[in-house]
Amino acid sequence: MSDTTPLLDVSGLTKHFPIKGGFPIRRTVGAVQAVDGLDFQVAEGESLGLVGESGCGKSTTGRLITRLMEPTAGTISYRGQDITHAGRKALAPIRSEIQMIFQDPYASLNPRHTVGKIIAGPMEINGIEPPGGREKRVRELLEIVGLNPEHFNRFPHEFSGGQRQRIGVARALALNPKLIVADEPVSALDVSIQAQVVNLLQKVQRELGIAFVFIAHDLAIVRHFSQRVAVMYLGKIVEIGDRDDLYNNPRHPYTRALLSAVPEATVDDTPRERIRLVGDVPSPIDPPSGCRFRTRCWKATEKCATEAPPLAQAEGNKAGHLTACHYPETQEIIPVTGLSKTPQEAV
Amino acid sequence: MTSTDSQPFLSIKDLKVHFSTEDGTVKAVDGLSFDLARGRTLGIVGESGSGKSVTNLTILGLHNPDTTTIEGSIELDGDELNGASDRTLEKLRGNKMAMIFQDALASLSPYHTIGTQIGEVYRKHTGASKKAARERAIEMLRRVGIPQPDRRVDNYPHEFSGGMRQRAMIAMALVCDPKLLIADEPTTALDVTVQAQIMDLLKDLQQEFGTSIIFITHDLGVIADIADDVLVMYGGRCVERGPKEEVLRSPQHPYTWGLLGSMPSLDGPVDVPLNPIPGSPPSLLNPPTGCRFHPRCAFASEVEGNRCATERPLLQIEDGRGNACHLSDGQRREFLADLAASKAI
Amino acid sequence: MLRFLVRRLLGAVITLVIISAVTFMLFYAVPRDPARLACGKVCTPETLEVIRHNMGISDPMPVQYWHWLSAIFVGRDYAGFGHCDAPCLGYSFVNREPVLATILDRFPTTASLALGSSVVFLLFGIGAGMLAAVKQGKMLDKFASSASLVASSMQIYFVGPVALYLLVYQSHILSQPSYTPFTDNPGAWFTGLLVPWLVLALIWTANYTRMTRSQLVETLSEDYVRTARAKGMSRRNVFFRFAWRGAMGPIVTIFGIDMGVLLGGAMITEKTFSLQGLGMLAVKSVFTNDLPMLLGVMVITASFVVLANIVVDAVYAMIDPRIRLA
Repeated sequence: MSDTTPLLDVSGLTKHFPIKGGFPIRRTVGAVQAVDGLDFQVAEGESLGLVGESGCGKSTTGRLITRLMEPTAGTISYRGQDITHAGRKALAPIRSEIQMIFQDPYASLNPRHTVGKIIAGPMEINGIEPPGGREKRVRELLEIVGLNPEHFNRFPHEFSGGQRQRIGVARALALNPKLIVADEPVSALDVSIQAQVVNLLQKVQRELGIAFVFIAHDLAIVRHFSQRVAVMYLGKIVEIGDRDDLYNNPRHPYTRALLSAVPEATVDDTPRERIRLVGDVPSPIDPPSGCRFRTRCWKATEKCATEAPPLAQAEGNKAGHLTACHYPETQEIIPVTGLSKTPQEAV
Repeated sequence: MTSTDSQPFLSIKDLKVHFSTEDGTVKAVDGLSFDLARGRTLGIVGESGSGKSVTNLTILGLHNPDTTTIEGSIELDGDELNGASDRTLEKLRGNKMAMIFQDALASLSPYHTIGTQIGEVYRKHTGASKKAARERAIEMLRRVGIPQPDRRVDNYPHEFSGGMRQRAMIAMALVCDPKLLIADEPTTALDVTVQAQIMDLLKDLQQEFGTSIIFITHDLGVIADIADDVLVMYGGRCVERGPKEEVLRSPQHPYTWGLLGSMPSLDGPVDVPLNPIPGSPPSLLNPPTGCRFHPRCAFASEVEGNRCATERPLLQIEDGRGNACHLSDGQRREFLADLAASKAI
Repeated sequence: MLRFLVRRLLGAVITLVIISAVTFMLFYAVPRDPARLACGKVCTPETLEVIRHNMGISDPMPVQYWHWLSAIFVGRDYAGFGHCDAPCLGYSFVNREPVLATILDRFPTTASLALGSSVVFLLFGIGAGMLAAVKQGKMLDKFASSASLVASSMQIYFVGPVALYLLVYQSHILSQPSYTPFTDNPGAWFTGLLVPWLVLALIWTANYTRMTRSQLVETLSEDYVRTARAKGMSRRNVFFRFAWRGAMGPIVTIFGIDMGVLLGGAMITEKTFSLQGLGMLAVKSVFTNDLPMLLGVMVITASFVVLANIVVDAVYAMIDPRIRLA
């Protein structure tokens, strides 16, 4: 294995959920194209943010990477080893290295198990006996995530929402993972608690050198946490790049519109750019031909309907900043006063 | 009694809302006062358990009368609502005051068409015919920007997208031209691009109808976009109040500092940790003594004589601006300057 | 809707075929020969063979089943009984009566019992459940909850005789249970069935009270009920138009299935009050090894359950527009 092999290499990743129907015998009549041909890599110790609005396929992507779901097509390689369709046995050594943190800290912890048992769970399942015993390791983990190590005998309901998410983090850390997939880990929490958990994850990422796939809809939190960011729309990555490139110089119209829609807690004298998208995200059952964003894009032309733009380095982009657009945006984000771009009514 | 322009349209005075539960009394709102003028938007910010939603359900009288005790005064356009009869409140609800909720899918009846649900409010309060109510529903759907309203009026909520459902709920709330609109986290469940659409819509409609709006949210960004004035709630009390610009530019209460420090921004530094508030929101069954924020406050030790733990700080308001904190103005300026210098806010 | 009906009816036919085939096989698993029983004390192998042939049971089991199945659609000629028109369910081994005629004769008793008692338990059960839900946590609610708990733990074979003793023999308030066809004398039909109705309904009322209450308590706490209140709708309006509408679906579902079961015959009730319904008929045919009768009753009662399910799904889709029939 060479040093340049990424920790996680995803190519052409696709997940279509079949739709049953027909008469008189039910058969597959279509598919929800939840994820459609994703390519991305995650380097060791790096955090990749996946952002997008509901239905863009970011959560499905997380589940595919952790093999909680079987992909329809494409490959997932971990340290150069193809794990796309690896069975239980082949996955076993890798399972401990890839862990997941879920959104709902209430639903993802078994209410009848003590915190100690929950955190020790992954060690038990994988038959791992850490030096000094499991209990010692659990106490260590509780300490790392900022909980009182003496509380290992308590039950989840005795903790607050933020503390429960810390328990989820401790469980994910139990086996010294190399990659954590965090699916909306803070969106169910209060603002003040969100920041606590983000700080904890950041500390864990830096101190333990764990790579993250950080899935969230909050663009500011993703920017804060991830060195690289991928923007998804209707099952495709429309733009991916280093955090600063993507946020300061968005080349895809959707990224630009998304950024302009985020409300910021500042009262600037110079109003920010406002782009308001019209209408709703089209159905993933029958996505638009060509570029999937074209029905809501103010720049769309005939070409966008016939030709799907490849995810490529647009002219003027830095290396690694890829955009899937025929007509990438050219100007830096500048505040536009009293003007709002309004796209044509979606057809 | 008729009101003049100098009088606030809605005036809440020393409101206390207590629930009796099996575990004891929950002091959900504990002495809250505020005024709202015509055509203004008041943003109420707070986290779960701050009492922000309870306050607004109480204004409409939607609390459970068996388990809730309410003290204080709720005056709408000169009429006292606390203790008003069911009939009086029913005439006001949906008519003079209306409410929109966070989860539009759960908040709209799955069994009735959008048109029926909008129309029945109109019929109830104006006595209009079924046909007229339907026309009005179509008109309202058009106004909130739903395409093909004459067709969409016969759809059920599950046939709408999330954003359209929220628009339909707004149409339902505004069908009788209410003077007061309470919006309880109306955009929290929506995607950012849809949230932006809905907030623009609310602003436009407010311009058109001159409605007073109470906008409840946990997101200071949303406040910055939509509110004129801000009220920050913590543990059932108001900790800070003022015009939006002042609260966001020069926040006065350590809790507000903490909220601002907890939020990453789109252009702030990325390599420093956020500056969160330690600990968790208080239990309202057994709230902390003195200032309810003091167990989580980094500055409580700066106040002499342990007053934060023993003495409730009173809300001092001058010209609509003020806070409930024992810190002196000098201390406040100093600490805020420190926080700004370390980019913690 | 049409697609739904066609698909579901096809499914129903397949279900019924499977049920009858399984019954057929189970019957032959029991080592008793109906021809032997019919043959009497003096029985030569020759007579036995003749009886077998006459009964139509001399062929191998699959062939017999095929004969039985095709008779439903095209009729059948029996050596011993003569021709039987379609739809033919055969003749009883025991009394040689045509099965279908016997079932049709018994069915009105069962249907009267089921319909009458369901009117009573729906009225009282849903009514009490509604009151309990409105007065949640108050005395009335607590009373209704405990009363329904007691009532639902009762058994018909206990309540039945007690009711008979108290209401009929002791105080003569109500008359002795009996079945008179409605078309003969509506008054006698009503008075004769009143005691069985009330006794059967008592236990079911309790179930419906608890179910209605819990459904309503749930829907009353739904967000859309709060929205309706926020629109200025009165409590009564909100209760019936919104909360009750939401509670109705599950209640209709359970009722449909219960009705299917009741129409198949309430054996214990029929036995307790000596009513000759389908339940009693089924029990008797099991004990007398009467295969054609047993099969007939099984198929008819199973059809009720299957049909009730289809009706329930259709009604549910009418109540809740989110359900799509397919």
